[in-house]
Amino acid sequence: MLFLFAILIGVLYGAAIYLLLRRNIFKLVLGLIFLGHATNLLLFVAGGLTRGFPSFLRDLPGEVENMADPLPQALILTAIVISLGVTAFALVLVYRFYSVTKTVDLDELSENE
Amino acid sequence: MILVLPIILPLFFMVVLIFTRRWLAFQQHFSLLASVILILVSVILLIDVEQNGIATLQVGSWIAPYGITLVVDLLSAIMLITVSFIAIVIMIYSPGFIDKGRQSAGYYPISFGLLMGVNGAFITGDIFNLYVWYEVMLTSSFVLIALGGSAEQLRGSIKYVTINFIASVFFVAAIGILYGLTGTLNMADLAFKLRTMGDIPYLDGALMLFFIAFSVKSALFPFFFWLPASYHTPPIPITALFAGTLTKVGIYTMFRFYSLFIVDNTLFWKTFILVIAGLTMTIGVLMAASQFDIRKILSFHIISQVGYMVMGLGLFTVGGIAGAIYFMVHNMLSKTNTFLAGGLVYQRSGSYDLKHLGGLYKASPLLALLFFIPAMSLAGIPPLPGFFGKFFLIKGGFEAGDYFITGVAILVGLFTLFSMVKIWNEAYWKKEPEEVKKGKVSRRAIAATTMMAIAVVLLGLFAGPVSEITVEAARQVVFPDLYINAVLGK
Repeated sequence: MLFLFAILIGVLYGAAIYLLLRRNIFKLVLGLIFLGHATNLLLFVAGGLTRGFPSFLRDLPGEVENMADPLPQALILTAIVISLGVTAFALVLVYRFYSVTKTVDLDELSENE
Repeated sequence: MILVLPIILPLFFMVVLIFTRRWLAFQQHFSLLASVILILVSVILLIDVEQNGIATLQVGSWIAPYGITLVVDLLSAIMLITVSFIAIVIMIYSPGFIDKGRQSAGYYPISFGLLMGVNGAFITGDIFNLYVWYEVMLTSSFVLIALGGSAEQLRGSIKYVTINFIASVFFVAAIGILYGLTGTLNMADLAFKLRTMGDIPYLDGALMLFFIAFSVKSALFPFFFWLPASYHTPPIPITALFAGTLTKVGIYTMFRFYSLFIVDNTLFWKTFILVIAGLTMTIGVLMAASQFDIRKILSFHIISQVGYMVMGLGLFTVGGIAGAIYFMVHNMLSKTNTFLAGGLVYQRSGSYDLKHLGGLYKASPLLALLFFIPAMSLAGIPPLPGFFGKFFLIKGGFEAGDYFITGVAILVGLFTLFSMVKIWNEAYWKKEPEEVKKGKVSRRAIAATTMMAIAVVLLGLFAGPVSEITVEAARQVVFPDLYINAVLGK
């Protein structure tokens, strides 16, 4: 399970970096989204993977070490909300940039530097 | 309870300002009043910490390692005061400079959002909470940098948003790994565990991820390129606010992290940070010297000056850290001041380009003086605070025996003088070109800049008493036991 997650996170990071290096700013935003998801998964895995056990409830079969750690899940919840907010902002920004300059090309973006 | 105020108050002010968006006059006065209240709270906090030691608050009465802890030590209190003072000056300056459209589009409420994030980052004692405050601060800064939406601004914002998002991702990844390694997020508890758990594998990897995240935020070598590419695009008061606060939050966090979490491999980290500091200083100042736009020169200067603060961190002696803290306060004030003075030049002559400027000294000695004071302070001319900041740092460097970095710091000081003299010669002393238009400079803007210049001079004149506080603050940073004990109640 851990191995699968590691592969998945790696693929997501790879895709994110590939997209971030593109010249199209919409693909840049897609890259940001992938990057956010990859990191949230990394956070999830860092909390330890346990299957089939709730986190807090007492009087359930199972040892303490079988319980899932609830904290990383709370953290991911926050991280997801934040990356959603930033993504929404980036999308608006990119759209606005497109409607002002009529281009989606990063090379044209860095003109006059 | 007063500990919560630096976070709650800006939130409250922000809400009030959002609902009164249409009444510009009210917004201008209220935001000024609000920042005055903030500085009062910060001063009360400083006095409290000075007398009773590090103040802590366990939010919701959850005991230390489980809940979120708010902590104020002297370093945080000093930073809070400096930031609130910058806020006051910016709030006086803005109405005369920022156009009405931007003002009613939410400039004031979002500025308080930014202040809330910055204050939160100074106060929190929990790494994930720190990340959340960082995001509050950054999201506000995203909006501020894009506010108004000219093509140039949008171009700067895309770079700014992208690079900061990537840095935040590094931050979250590092938090996840550190949590996986230690099982706690409370900074004091983490520090305690790192000191008692013995050898933890991959710890340096996680710390390096943190270091990368913070060096992006504070524009250290080699992650500084985004700052000059985006900072010169929004109107000057916004740039000044960013220059005075944002990069310094990164440096503040590095101070915290270094003091609490660097337990093993101290020699490696020390050398590493000193090398980064030297490169940041040198490259920043050299690139500043090659520019011709006032805002760009000043932006590259931010980078170079950040290098000095990190140098103090790398030394990690009481003298070095005290010098770095004093330098940081000086830099926040002087840097904001130079940007504000640059804005006055723009209002007067309609340009930031040194090639199209000139004759300002003759036209308006007051404007010249308002730039001269912070510029000479940045260059390190006594009795201005920049001199004392560099003096404390260099003294700390000699005491710690790191002669090479100290030599670099002295050399960079000379180059700083060169690029300040360049602005001075071109904008103020050179003969005025024919085509320059003569705009009207807003009274409020002049008053605000004067206030900041006076603060800079006072910081220099009272270097003695201020440095006593910074030495005390440095002691709290260098000996983290105080911090750990205060939070964990041991």
